[in-house]
Formats: sequence, structure tokens, C-alpha cells
Amino acid sequence: MDWRQLWDIVSTPDNVPIVALIPLLIFYCYLAWKQAKANDELVSELEADPVLAKTHHRKTWPFRPGWQKEVHVWPFLLRVEFLAAIIVTIILMVWSLTLNAPMEEPANPNLTMNPAKAPWYFLGLQEMLVYFDPWIAGVVMPTLIIIGLMVIPYIDTNPMGSGYYTWKQRKFAIGTFLFGFIVLWVSMIIIGTFIRGPGWQWFWPGQTWDHNRLIYEVNRDLPDLFGITSNWAKGIFGAVVVGGYFAVGGFLLHALFRRFNPKDYRRMSLLQYSVMQVFMLTMIGLPIKMLLRLALNIKYVWITPWFNV
Amino acid sequence: MPIEDENGKNGNQTGLMEKVKSGIQEDLQSLKTDIPAKAKEQIEGLKDPTKTQVFTSIFRHKHDDTPRNRALGVLSNVFLHLHPAKINRDAVRYSYTWGMGGITFYLFIVLTFTGVLLMFYYHPSKVQAFRDVLYLEHDVPFGRILRNMHRWAAHLMVIAVWLHMFRVFLTGSYKKPREFNWNVGVILLVLTLLLSFTGYLLPDDQLGFWAVTVGTNMARATPGLGHEGPFGHQLGMTPYNDVRFGLLGGSIVDANALLRSYIWHCIGIPIVASIFMIVHFWRVRKDGGISGPAPVMLTAEADKARR
Repeated sequence: MDWRQLWDIVSTPDNVPIVALIPLLIFYCYLAWKQAKANDELVSELEADPVLAKTHHRKTWPFRPGWQKEVHVWPFLLRVEFLAAIIVTIILMVWSLTLNAPMEEPANPNLTMNPAKAPWYFLGLQEMLVYFDPWIAGVVMPTLIIIGLMVIPYIDTNPMGSGYYTWKQRKFAIGTFLFGFIVLWVSMIIIGTFIRGPGWQWFWPGQTWDHNRLIYEVNRDLPDLFGITSNWAKGIFGAVVVGGYFAVGGFLLHALFRRFNPKDYRRMSLLQYSVMQVFMLTMIGLPIKMLLRLALNIKYVWITPWFNV
Repeated sequence: MPIEDENGKNGNQTGLMEKVKSGIQEDLQSLKTDIPAKAKEQIEGLKDPTKTQVFTSIFRHKHDDTPRNRALGVLSNVFLHLHPAKINRDAVRYSYTWGMGGITFYLFIVLTFTGVLLMFYYHPSKVQAFRDVLYLEHDVPFGRILRNMHRWAAHLMVIAVWLHMFRVFLTGSYKKPREFNWNVGVILLVLTLLLSFTGYLLPDDQLGFWAVTVGTNMARATPGLGHEGPFGHQLGMTPYNDVRFGLLGGSIVDANALLRSYIWHCIGIPIVASIFMIVHFWRVRKDGGISGPAPVMLTAEADKARR
């Protein structure tokens, strides 16, 4: 166990934000979960008791008939905002006094940094470069993430859970978002920050970064496993496999979705449903491709003269 | 009126001195009586500054502790009128909003402030950029804490934006009628990342240089628009005319890239982001304020229209 190496990584000034992000995320997940649990309990209580549901104020926070429903922004909101600003300022001041912003040697195109890492918030995409060609990891994926986030309000047809924390009423939506945000985005960043060392090789936490380490990996392409050699056959084979993944995966997703989420299924239009399918399958495709690469050393699935997937 | 003496006839001629004398006496008298009175009045007036003309010209309403004045305090203030006068009593709870949207905006202000100060000491040129940062670190009074604050506020802003998005998603706040504002928010998220990324190159050190090299190398692979991307070669893309060349102003990360990065970072993206922020805040109000905490909805009510 090389504690020194571990400390070097964790205490690198630009890694501090990601070190801070982890406890913050855990805290806010807990805060959200606590409120979601309370709301879900309230919902099941009210659903069991329709008479109470008619008169109940429908919140987990106390409310008495005499109380005003609204409060003045001045001072009740502004004091919170002012306090938040002060606390953030203090945090920033302390952080700036104790930790210096990184400053390395002057830029030198002839001396490559190893590992050359992007800013921490892009490390998820850089990690994707291991599994995909740059045009997918660097261009197509960010575009799909942005578009995927943008279509969320238009494909989520579930009217429940608007304006309060819940889990039971929005299992699919929240589960998908947690998968995308925590499992794919944040954990890829954590891998890129803490695991990847020189040569972008995998170093477990505490393992010394060995700049001379060589790994003899024989990466194969999927068509090779099936003994396909001609370029035409490889192209067609890859198209069939990728197309097959979307067809079979889409069918499986369809079978699961209409069983376990029948209400959303009924509400969604064909366009909404197919957009959801495309984004879901693309998202699930990422860990599958990662697994192919990490466990089976498979680099490409689909090989054409113009692009490889 | 001239004072007539006993001779009476030549009062006009001898009265001049008398007139001056009495006039001065009057002036002196007025100094003795009026000025203290005015001073007293002035001091009395200062005891209640809210009645002064200067005060009433600045603040357009009285300052008594009445509900009306509390509302006006928010509504008649250009900075505070983003807020409604009154909000749902539960909406001020930190546990619901996490305050992340507001903190993001506050960090943007901090970054603008420290960024403008940093600009006074920085030349976006290959010769000077790195030295300017060294100068800031070692010679400029408070230069180091200025740079540190700018850097850490930028990182904190990225975190705050993510947590804000996370909260908005978990509370379903993107649902009708807030779909559009969610989209504005996604654009602001992208702009935040771009702001941070364009700033990364500016110290012109190894860290920024290689991070931007790695980042922009991806642009080489843009399908159709990069010279290494799918169909890029077929569409006539070379290292000297593709999208990466446009981003960097050259085929390598050099002086032009530094200048472009600087202009995007200090002028281009902040202006665009400000415009989107205006729309974002405006839509928060127009879409009915913050989304909750709303009363929970029961399954039976889900298929009915809510409003």
C-alpha cells in the first residue's frame, strides 16, 4: 500500500473538488432519500384513507389552520440567501487561504505530461476514450448527453412527483437518472481521477504509479473472434451486431417497461417511447462496451473503413 | 426705513451710516438666533434619516415595519424584484431547494468580481501570460488569494450546478410548465463547463496546455468536421481547416488559442451565459415560482388534469 501515492492523488489541488463532491453527493442523496421516504409514507397513508386525503394539507411538514400559507420574502427568504452567501464566502476564503491553485511549469509542447488529464469534470469523457474512439467519446457522447438531458421533460409523461421528493411514484425516472448521473458520470470521473495513472493505465488506489509499467494486452475485435477477415464481412457483421443489440435490447426493454411501468407506457406517444428507447439503450450500451473491453479485451465491435464502434 | 434724528431735515444724508450699521446689526442678530435654530432643526431632522430628501429620493417607500413596506422593499428594488413579495412558507426550507441555484448565481458574481480584478494584471499573450500569473502569485498584493478564489469558486460552481440539476430532477421540477426552463438550465450547465474549461488554458502552464490539448484533440474526431473523424477526410478536412483549427485559431495550442480562449472566457461566454441566466430567472417566476414543496399527489389523481 503506497500511502504517499494515494495522498499525492487526493491532495492534488485540482482533485480536491472531486474529493469534496463525493461526501456532498452522499449527503444530498441522504437528504433527498429522507424526504422521499417521508413523502412516500404520507402518500400510502392518504391512499389508504380517502377521507383524510380530502382534508389533509398533503405535506410532511406541520401546518395548522391558523397559520398563513405564505411568508414575506423580506426577511424570511432573503435572510437565508444572505446567510448562504456569507457561508459560501467563508468557505471560499478558507479554501483559498489554505490551498493554492495549481501552477506548473510553463507550457511546453515538447514535454508531454503523463498522465495528461483533462479538468476533473471532463474525466468521465476522457475515461470513455478507453472504450470508444474519440469521435464517439469526445463528440457524439457529449452531444447525446446534452440532448438526452433536454428531452427529459418531454418524454417523462408521469404527472406525479412534481414539486416534492418521492421514490415510489417515479421509480423509473429517478432510477434512470441515478444510473446516468452517479453510476456513469460521477463514477467515471472517480475512475479517471483516482485510478488512472501514467499511460492512462489502471492503478488501484494505493498502488504506486509506475511510469515504466508495460501491459501486454492483446486487444481483439469482435469479428476476429468469429474468424471474419474480409472488410465487407466485418462491416456487415458489425452492423448486424450493433443493430441486433438495439433490436433485441429494445424488445427486452419493451417487455420490461410495459410490465413494470404500464401507466407511463400507456401515456407515452410513439415518438416519446422511441426517443426513450434510443437513449436508454445507448446508456446501457456504455457499461456493456466497457465490460467487453475490460473482461474480454474486445476493442471494436463494428469495423468499417470510415469509422469503428 | 431711514431713522429720523432730531434735526429731521437732513436725515437722508446722515442716515447712510445708520442704515449700514443697523443692517449689520440685523445680520448679526440673525446669525445669533436663526443659525442655532436651523442647526437644531437640522439635528432634529437627522435623528430620522428616513425623512430626508436624499433618503426618500433613493428609497421609494417608507421604512415602517408594515406588511406593505416589507412587500415594497422587495418589489421596488431592482436587485430584489426577481423575488416575489411573498412565497410559500415551506419554500424557504433549505432541505427542499438545497439553495444550489442561488449559490451558483452567487459564485458567478464572485467569479465576475475576482475575474475582472485578475484581468488588470493579465496579458493574453504567449510572452507574458505565464509571467503575469507568477507576478500575481508573488508580487501583486493579495494576488495569490485572488487567483485562488477565482479557481476554487469556478470548481465550486461546477459542483453547485450539478447539485442544482440533481435537486431539480429529484423533485420533478422540470415537469409541466417548467420544461423550457429545464432546457435553459441544461444550456447554462454546458456554458458553466465551457467557462471553466476556457479558463484552464489561461495560466499557460503545462497543466492547462495539456488539458486543452487533450480536450481539443477530441474536436479532431468530429464526424464530418474534423480531419480524423468519420467522413472528415472524404469531406476535405485537413488539420488546417477543420473544426479544431477554428477553435484554436491554428493547428496547435499556441498564441492564437490563448487569445481565443481568453476572449471566450472573459467576454464571449459570460455575455451569453448572462443572457441565458436572465431568461432562466425570469422563467422561474413566470412558471409559478419554485416548484415546491408542493402537496403530494395521489395515484388516483394522476390522470386528471391538475389545474
